[in-house]
Amino acid sequence: MITNAIFYFFVVVVGTGGEMCVSRATKLIGEVHDFSPRSIARHVGRALAQPWMWIAVTMMAFAFFSLLGMLATTKASFVYPSTAVSYGVGALGGKFFLKEDVTPQRWLGVAVICVGVLLVIIGKG
Amino acid sequence: MTSQTGRRLETFIVILIMVAVTALGDIFLRKGMARIGAMPSWAPADVFHFFFRAFTSPLVWLGIASQLAFFVAYLLVLSWADYSFVQPVSNSISYPFIVLSAEFILHESVSLLRWAGVAVICLGVFVVGRTQVKTTGEPV
Repeated sequence: MITNAIFYFFVVVVGTGGEMCVSRATKLIGEVHDFSPRSIARHVGRALAQPWMWIAVTMMAFAFFSLLGMLATTKASFVYPSTAVSYGVGALGGKFFLKEDVTPQRWLGVAVICVGVLLVIIGKG
Repeated sequence: MTSQTGRRLETFIVILIMVAVTALGDIFLRKGMARIGAMPSWAPADVFHFFFRAFTSPLVWLGIASQLAFFVAYLLVLSWADYSFVQPVSNSISYPFIVLSAEFILHESVSLLRWAGVAVICLGVFVVGRTQVKTTGEPV
């Protein structure tokens, strides 16, 4: 139980933090307009040269190990929906860390998603 | 495609590809990890043995390959779209896919209440999906 709670924390909080670092890195290198393999490879290479990307990779690696730990004992149909709590963390991070303009409508959507997550957790049994 | 509609369509197409790839990867990961079982304790030797078994499982590697493909698509879409738009939409559309896959491929029992939760999540996605793709910098 405690082991799964620790894994859950890493998946939700550390994983979401890592995704926000990816977003910051990709915003720094600019938009992709050409979808040829060479252009995509160049874009990925530029992203990997950003320190934010390596912070992201480290955080997301810890989150991934934790996800594996959860999946060893818990149903996939519970694990994935229940980790959607990260939407709340993501919206907060989008507003305060990435300086995105999270509109009231987007907040409403995130709140509805969180209600859905609650139902998934209650419906575990 | 530079108009708001074109960029929105492009964004949703990439997100759909991401959803299909990640759902497949999730099923591989669950199958692989279920064979390994619970980590016995937090003792360093047990932790090492647990993750050693995980990373020598072909099913786990198939799952990782799927996640890497998802990550490349994610990098692309985040270069033009807001994180607070992409994250809820991409992750939430994938829930019905994952839960359906878990029920029919992994034969997990899914309660009606959990399905109701997934439906509510999809409603939230619909609400988020109707907001602007990008809210910072130059308009697209």
